[in-house]
Amino acid sequence: MSTVNLTGPSGIRKFKDKLAFVAVCAAFALAVIPLVTLLYTVIKNGAKRFDMEFFTHSMNAIGGRDAGGGAYHAIIGTIEQVGLASVISIPIGVLTAVYLVEYGGGRRLARIVTFFVDVMTGVPSIVSGLFVFAFWIALLGFEYMGFAGSLALAVLMLPTVVRATEEMLKLVPNDLREASYALGVPRWRTICFVILPTAFTGIITGVMLAIARVMGETAPLLMTVFVTTAINNSPFKGPQMALPLFVWDQAQLPQQVAIDRAWAGALTLILFVMLLNLAARLIARLRKPVSR
Amino acid sequence: MTSETLEQGATRALDGRTRKMSTGRLGDRLFGLSAKGSGILLLVIMAAIAVFLIVKAVPALRADKANFLTSQEWNPDAAQSRFGIAQLTFGTVLSSVLALILATPVAVGIALFIAFYAPRRLADGLGYVVDLLAAVPSIVYGLWGLQFFVPKMNGVATFLHDDFGWIPLFGGDTVGGQCILTASIVLAIMILPIISSITREIFLQVPRANIEAALALGATRWEVIRMAVLPFGRSGMISASMLGLGRALGETIAVALVLGTASGISLHLLKPGGNTFAANIANTFAMAGKIGQSALIASGLVLFVITLLVNMAARAVISRRKEFV
Amino acid sequence: MAKRIEVSGLNAYYGKTRAIEDISMTIEPRSVTAFIGPSGCGKSTFLRTLNRMHEVIPGARVEGKVLLDDLDLYGPDVDPVAVRRVIGMVFQRPNPFPTMSIYENVVAGLKLNGVRRKAQLDEIVEKSLRGANLWNEVKDRLGRPGAGLSGGQQQRLCIARAIAVEPQVLLMDEPCSALDPISTLAIEDLIASLKDQYTIVIVTHNMQQAARVSDRTAFFNLAGPGKPGRMVEIDETNKIFTNPGEKATEDYITGRFG
Repeated sequence: MSTVNLTGPSGIRKFKDKLAFVAVCAAFALAVIPLVTLLYTVIKNGAKRFDMEFFTHSMNAIGGRDAGGGAYHAIIGTIEQVGLASVISIPIGVLTAVYLVEYGGGRRLARIVTFFVDVMTGVPSIVSGLFVFAFWIALLGFEYMGFAGSLALAVLMLPTVVRATEEMLKLVPNDLREASYALGVPRWRTICFVILPTAFTGIITGVMLAIARVMGETAPLLMTVFVTTAINNSPFKGPQMALPLFVWDQAQLPQQVAIDRAWAGALTLILFVMLLNLAARLIARLRKPVSR
Repeated sequence: MTSETLEQGATRALDGRTRKMSTGRLGDRLFGLSAKGSGILLLVIMAAIAVFLIVKAVPALRADKANFLTSQEWNPDAAQSRFGIAQLTFGTVLSSVLALILATPVAVGIALFIAFYAPRRLADGLGYVVDLLAAVPSIVYGLWGLQFFVPKMNGVATFLHDDFGWIPLFGGDTVGGQCILTASIVLAIMILPIISSITREIFLQVPRANIEAALALGATRWEVIRMAVLPFGRSGMISASMLGLGRALGETIAVALVLGTASGISLHLLKPGGNTFAANIANTFAMAGKIGQSALIASGLVLFVITLLVNMAARAVISRRKEFV
Repeated sequence: MAKRIEVSGLNAYYGKTRAIEDISMTIEPRSVTAFIGPSGCGKSTFLRTLNRMHEVIPGARVEGKVLLDDLDLYGPDVDPVAVRRVIGMVFQRPNPFPTMSIYENVVAGLKLNGVRRKAQLDEIVEKSLRGANLWNEVKDRLGRPGAGLSGGQQQRLCIARAIAVEPQVLLMDEPCSALDPISTLAIEDLIASLKDQYTIVIVTHNMQQAARVSDRTAFFNLAGPGKPGRMVEIDETNKIFTNPGEKATEDYITGRFG
């Protein structure tokens, strides 16, 4: 061991190191390829029918073979269903997170709730649709309607909202709570006027990501919202349409005009979802939550 | 910003207090109760999912003249109702496990790339690119899979069948793009982001001291990963891929669009057809009669239980790890 | 197998900031050289330039020459991985691999270099653990996790891990700062017994420790507030502590610092 060689490890070790580098880069490339081809095909094919008629007309009295028609009824439906789902799940989700962070403090109930929030994240979307069907339509006897879809989407949104809010509430420094209590401010006012506002942007980001996620859900709507070709402005009366349902419906038809409509619908949906994602991240970047 | 928020908040909060001294007590109780109530409501919803699925599954299970667990038939609405979940279970498990096998190494590679190989300034952006894959709705994956990927896979399937047909998995009489392999690849793409983002989180927790210890012994970058990073992240990787598996098991629309409609149990991955719980529900629910819907709910219940078990196991691995390290 | 290190005109940077300035010194083989000086004066940075660990921090770089006998560690066809193989390092906090047993920790470096034979590994494990004064305490539980040992034992395990690959030089970055007095004493004894075979460089905050274990001592200081660290002087330890050449050294060792 008297001579020292500093030119590097043995050939085989260097080779393995290089190989690992190549493999790891290839793995990343492997993920980017589908993303790029997917975005490319959706934009290219979606652009064909991405026109005024698409956004101002429904599919009423337009058969699969006919050209024209649009997704107006589906866009209305999606906005209403997702809006109602948010109205239901955001308060419940935020309050649950408040309970877990501000009241739970490692109590048994809080631990159980935390566990089931995790488990709920994994509930397949179609199962939530079946649940609402079994409960709202089969048992309570309501008809297919937009609101039933909102219920199913709310079940899917709930755990995401809880998680996002919980994370943000945990970032609020404890000094802030103590300082407020020391001023004699009651707990609920501390939470509503000091803690939640501090965590506000973070919660908004999480909620927007949750909305983006459920906006693209198709499966639970199949058995709750059903499908329709006409405009139905009321989410509480009769079947509605939704953008993902529109794509699903048109994609299964053999005619090219229908496939083109499906692509245009997919492009619209992706634009909605990506814009929500982008906006959420911009908000998160603009105002980082107080942390130390 | 901190003190400003506090001051404003406290002023606002105290305003209310001076106006009406009793608000504090009552408000506290009401607010605490509604927060706790929301938590309980969440548990109730979870329980209700199970209860209502069971209640609505019972009529079909009563009517079933075949064995629910082992039968391969699916004719619940026939005069002699006969249906079972054997082929659904088979298709679901096969496609998901295959997706997991395809996705996990790639996802770990991506996590390593972002955590250790990519320039630090790019790392966040690259992570965001992978997260974008998760943001794409499954219906769009389905449409892309059916219109773009299946035609491509037609050629691949023929090639694999002709040149590697001696491998039983690639054998069979007919091959085509709308097969289990295609569905598994689409599923793999869809679960990549969740596995890679959790794995990346774990990798970033590897103590700097351990990485430096390996470097100081004269380890190459790959050897550092082998020595200090992968062993540390093992349980994290396991639970991440199990969460991915849960996702794949429940994925509906993409699989429903990509798979052909032929059914039956076959290990030939390139044979068009195959069916999963979720795809079967999506494809047949609209046409199903009363017993048919009930039978689909029964199959959904089985899917619910399977995903529940997989997810609980994944969470258990994660929480055990927390105590360990 | 110990070698002499000769440093000339060495500067180290973190991004644009220069951390240490123009250091030149000779480190003698088979002896202990201690680096003392106030916090943040660049002792540890300098130590890490000696086995090219400095550059693993993003944006960090080095200018100057470090010769190991007559090989330049920063020469054009030198691989830092090979440098670290020949110049071992022990860190401030004990850092055994948490997922490995005691045995696996000791052989970790050997396995990299392709030593696979069980008998040979067994032999080296015993030798290294004996060398690190740890054999008697752990010989019955070599399969147990290294992280289960006490802090002082863990640090000796790390020393065993470093000497198992038979390096030319052993660098120690405040190896006792996280340990209790008894463990510290054990490590200091160990250093004294290791210097027959190795060139040892130790960074320490503790002047008594430097006086006890080292043959030569280098005093580091900041060139001024906000300026990079530099070496004030290096000499026989005895001389540094009794009759230093520089006023700043005297102020520091007598506690009249600043």
